[in-house]
Amino acid sequence: METTTTTTTAAAPPAKPSRFQYMLDNPGFLAPLFMAPAVVYIVLLVAFPTVLSVYYSLSAYNIYNLSFKFVGLKNYIDIFQDDVFLQTLGNTFIFTIAANVIGLALGKATALLLLRDFRGKVFVRFLIILPWAVPIALATLAWRWMFDSLYSVINWSLQHAHLIGPNTWPNWLGEEHLAMISVIIVHAWRLFPFGAVIFLAGLTSIPKDVMDACVVDGAGFWRKNFQIVIPMITPIIAIAGLFGIVFTFTDMSVVYLLTKGGPTNSTHVLGSLAFQVGILSGDVSHGAAISLVMFPFLLVASILLLRFLRRREV
Amino acid sequence: MAQVEAKQIKKQFGDVTALHGIDLTVKEGEFCVFLGPSGCGKTTFLRIICGLESASSGELYIGDKPVIGLPPRARGVAMVFQTYGLYPHLKVRDNIAFPLKTQGTPKDEIKPKVEWAAGLLGIGHLLDRKPRQLSGGERQRVALARALVREPAVFLLDEPLSNLDAKLRTSARNELKEFQRRIGTTTIYVTHDQVEAMGMGDRIVVMEHGRVRQVGTPTEIYDEPANTFVATFLGTPPMNLVESNGHLMGFRPENFLHKSIYENLTDLMDINFRVARVEYLGSERVVYGFLEGIPHEGEVMSKLPVHVGHLDLREGEQYPFAIKRQDLKYFDKSTGERTAKG
Repeated sequence: METTTTTTTAAAPPAKPSRFQYMLDNPGFLAPLFMAPAVVYIVLLVAFPTVLSVYYSLSAYNIYNLSFKFVGLKNYIDIFQDDVFLQTLGNTFIFTIAANVIGLALGKATALLLLRDFRGKVFVRFLIILPWAVPIALATLAWRWMFDSLYSVINWSLQHAHLIGPNTWPNWLGEEHLAMISVIIVHAWRLFPFGAVIFLAGLTSIPKDVMDACVVDGAGFWRKNFQIVIPMITPIIAIAGLFGIVFTFTDMSVVYLLTKGGPTNSTHVLGSLAFQVGILSGDVSHGAAISLVMFPFLLVASILLLRFLRRREV
Repeated sequence: MAQVEAKQIKKQFGDVTALHGIDLTVKEGEFCVFLGPSGCGKTTFLRIICGLESASSGELYIGDKPVIGLPPRARGVAMVFQTYGLYPHLKVRDNIAFPLKTQGTPKDEIKPKVEWAAGLLGIGHLLDRKPRQLSGGERQRVALARALVREPAVFLLDEPLSNLDAKLRTSARNELKEFQRRIGTTTIYVTHDQVEAMGMGDRIVVMEHGRVRQVGTPTEIYDEPANTFVATFLGTPPMNLVESNGHLMGFRPENFLHKSIYENLTDLMDINFRVARVEYLGSERVVYGFLEGIPHEGEVMSKLPVHVGHLDLREGEQYPFAIKRQDLKYFDKSTGERTAKG
């Protein structure tokens, strides 16, 4: 600031640069400056709560007994002896894998569709992004009506298509297996726009000459997709998969909004169970332990995927 | 091997007409070059022959078989692309084997065929590499091997040399021509490079704005251009065009020489030439200047081979130049088409 007053006339010799004048040209100063907000955010809102929950999970802390007494792995041993937790762990895997496979497959199909030129493509693209853009609470409310035991538009449609009779309406959210299928459907529906966008990016990155060569070489639809397209976009699929898995494994919103884990815990996932035990029931230490069980699984998944990617690059 | 016959092939992209009804027969075993500037429709025509693009109307025969409506794989054609279109995740071996696998060739026949194709192109030692480990010239050969391996009736090549550096391009040109002569497969080659066209083509199809402007051997195209487009598109520098008696008179720079070079020849047209500037290009000199007595806004050029280097041409001076009358071509002023002597 002090330099600006000295250089008012054009003819004046350049003032001696101040110590701070070229500070913004210096990466050594800029890099920490730009990284600081992200670092502060991660430390305060991610790292600190994570460390805190690790500590909670090793203590006897709950809302009736605010002691930080160290109990070692007792909470973990407790939850692994609990049938509900074990069922939840299984549910989480089923939920994650099924929702991702369905979501990514739908995404791939959608991306293939969007690669073509047709009338109303812009509108279709807008529609496809909707599941992603609509607030999850709102969307899940709509799905709840669609799965409703009395007013289900799905059942109504199935009945009018003569696929089910009037007295055999499935109770989507009231029966254990159907409830699981329902939450998977909703989550896959939520994931597929993301899959479509990622696949679209991957597909458009394949050179046109390669696609043309493939057609001239005589490859049909399946061979083209499974021997050329998918292998070429594998790195992108892996990234999409990693994001999808992390996103699904830690998610509790669909389950919580649709079924609250019921009926009889059949749709609980780690997130929703941890929330119910730790927050709603006030057993913070067990809740923390449940949520931390996710950590090793996600770590392994991330390492495997990243290693796979690196190996392909070599 | 097969001949390719196109009848009134038209292609419309929305309001734009890319091809205005093309008639052409490419003979069996011929090396035919489609030559023209960017956007003249040559690649579109090639893609229609290949089946990657559909014609808006017209008929197309490969061999004697009508192929309109058939997918590329049913046409017996193989194509080499400008960027080669190799499959980056597959080894060279699997790249070459790919078209065989799609045809359902038995496994035990694939390996010898791949090795035969790779051997023909001298890339046998590269079979276990991935495309990104290869140089540009090697990639181009892999692409050729992949096209060759299923022994197509017609080879289609879309500017396959344009991604190579200048030196490699010259040797690749010779190899490609030699290779085609050896296997004798009907070949259609698209390029905008007149040197490639002249050097490789048995016949050249010169195209402009979706129309064929002339079809002929390199000599015919160069010496007897059918119109001013062909006359000025081929040749470096291009043919000089000046107005004379209501016609356009054309003559090639290398035929427009100092009178002393002709020695005792008669039947010359003498013109005084005022030199504006001289470009020295090593093996030749290109002299820019103006003709005396012929109204013409632009410059004309003379290309003097280096063996007449003793001629001292100074800028601003006027010299006696001449053209053999047989080297003068006349074109209609309004249509640009070739006419009889003006």
